[in-house]
Amino acid sequence: MAMSQPRARSGAQSGGILRNKTARLVLDRGLFYLFLAFFVLFCLGPFIWTLITSLKSEGTLYLRPTLYWPDPISLESWRKVLTLERFTRSILNSAIVASSATLISLTVGALCAYAIARVRFPGKNLVLALVLGVAMFPGIAIISPLYLQFSDWGLINNYWALILPNVTFTLPVCIWTLNAFFREIPLELEEAAKVDGATRLQTLVRIVAPLAAPGVFTTAILLFIAAWNEFLFARTFMSRPEMLTATVAIAGFEGADVATGTPWGEITAASVIITLPLVILVLVFQRRIVAGLTAGAVKG
Amino acid sequence: MATTQGTAAPVAAGVVTAGRRRRWSAQGRAEARFGLLLIAPAMITIFAVAFLPLARTFWLSLWSINLRFADTPRRFVWFENFAQILQTERFHNALWVTTRVAIVSLAAELVLGMLIALVINRQFRARGLVRASVLVPWALTTVVAARMWQLIYQADYGVFNRILYDLFIIDSYKPWVISPQFTLWAMIGADIWKTTPFVALLLLAGLQLIPGDLYEAAAIDGASAWQSFWRITLPLLRPTILVASLFRLIDVARMFDLPLVLTGGGPGFATETLTLYTYRVLFQNLQFGLGSAVAVLAFLLVVLVSFIFIKVLGAPAGRDARGV
Repeated sequence: MAMSQPRARSGAQSGGILRNKTARLVLDRGLFYLFLAFFVLFCLGPFIWTLITSLKSEGTLYLRPTLYWPDPISLESWRKVLTLERFTRSILNSAIVASSATLISLTVGALCAYAIARVRFPGKNLVLALVLGVAMFPGIAIISPLYLQFSDWGLINNYWALILPNVTFTLPVCIWTLNAFFREIPLELEEAAKVDGATRLQTLVRIVAPLAAPGVFTTAILLFIAAWNEFLFARTFMSRPEMLTATVAIAGFEGADVATGTPWGEITAASVIITLPLVILVLVFQRRIVAGLTAGAVKG
Repeated sequence: MATTQGTAAPVAAGVVTAGRRRRWSAQGRAEARFGLLLIAPAMITIFAVAFLPLARTFWLSLWSINLRFADTPRRFVWFENFAQILQTERFHNALWVTTRVAIVSLAAELVLGMLIALVINRQFRARGLVRASVLVPWALTTVVAARMWQLIYQADYGVFNRILYDLFIIDSYKPWVISPQFTLWAMIGADIWKTTPFVALLLLAGLQLIPGDLYEAAAIDGASAWQSFWRITLPLLRPTILVASLFRLIDVARMFDLPLVLTGGGPGFATETLTLYTYRVLFQNLQFGLGSAVAVLAFLLVVLVSFIFIKVLGAPAGRDARGV
């Protein structure tokens, strides 16, 4: 009896602690997922709201107070914007500029990144410093001479006027990210190829490039997003309506003023349309994008 | 890494005999040639499209050029443009706007980003969903983001007004982007929304590199969670925080799309950032000499900020911080 009493008490106590712990765990969990839900809503909210607005009918768009939910659901804005030649054309322009810039930047950047990762040559640190310098460059610092130069060369309203700056400004990210991926390829494979009599260029093309394919792909996504979103040069070097890129088209979808009368149905539908490729890329490749983005920045 | 490779060569060369050393250096020269060949396209592009134009911006900034009237003669005016700019009130205003955005945005992003990173730094379900939604504001075109927030902030049919009103936070609808009282804050809010997730992501990646035993050891020593945050997390996260801050400050110095589309720089010049102002001098007033001078100042400002971060605060130099 004397022995069992304390035991029983301690049993009851530990039971209490256990229940407390479970309660706290549940509470902790609950708060955590509540926070997550709030955070996800914070991130996606504006995009969801844009989607909702694009589905409102002309009559309900400008109601005060605004409707939280489209009633009736209307595809009118989507139809309008998809048949608007100026807009569909601008998407085509964006696609041409962004994919050309991505391909060129990848090719040029991959050669440079490989040299930095694997080849011994003088001035490597200088090359890195220059590349880093470009990454910090404000585009505005070179826009006036580029404008004069492109005017002289007749490149205004020409895709090259956007492809060239886009290649240049995506090169730093391209070189860093690829460099990180190239380093992860085991050196032994390259040495084996060398022993087998392959030249360095052959090694690069046949061995390194295929092995680095996932990294190259990740890099391509990063570059494409950057080029697709570019605005400063696109607004400056393109003036003919049929040459505008999607970002410039969206920015200029109205008269200059912020006041009422803005065609919000079309703007929101257009916004969702040009964002959709990015959202899909992000949803499908989120793990890789995060890996690519954070690869260099944190391992200092 | 470069340094270890660099030192490996002489050591290896020192070991081998004289005859083989000559062969080695011939090989070394071939290797160097190959390397220079590989970097040539990238270097030529960077020089042709970035560094040469930059030099030319400096040169243009010493001229008086007005493109509005084609027959206006170009005059070499030395530093007159700079003298004029430094006395222009609108330039001071642009600097002040940019500074305020930089300070407020950066502070908010770091605090919020840290909070988010600390909370989601654990195993949980729906990680992929959270990661993807974090990436959406980052990946979104700034112009589109500006449009979205313009609609959200709208004075009459904006949802921001409706939500705040429904929650009894405001008692009347406010013209968020038209009123001088709110505009700058509205713009900063949109900027924080767009970039906080990215900062959180960087900080999270940094957190995951901190070894767990450090916290265990601290806990055994009786450190509170608060103490281990200040003594372990923050110091170890310092490089990440510095890099993220540098990136963000440079971004603010470049800020152009958001004010142009969201507020048009207004009301008045209340949200006219440095880049937007430069752009307008160049392409609205068509004063290419004067505008180039502002561009030069903007560039020097970015260089100064980067210099302070890298040399004084000791931030690892950008993303190649991994020791390339």
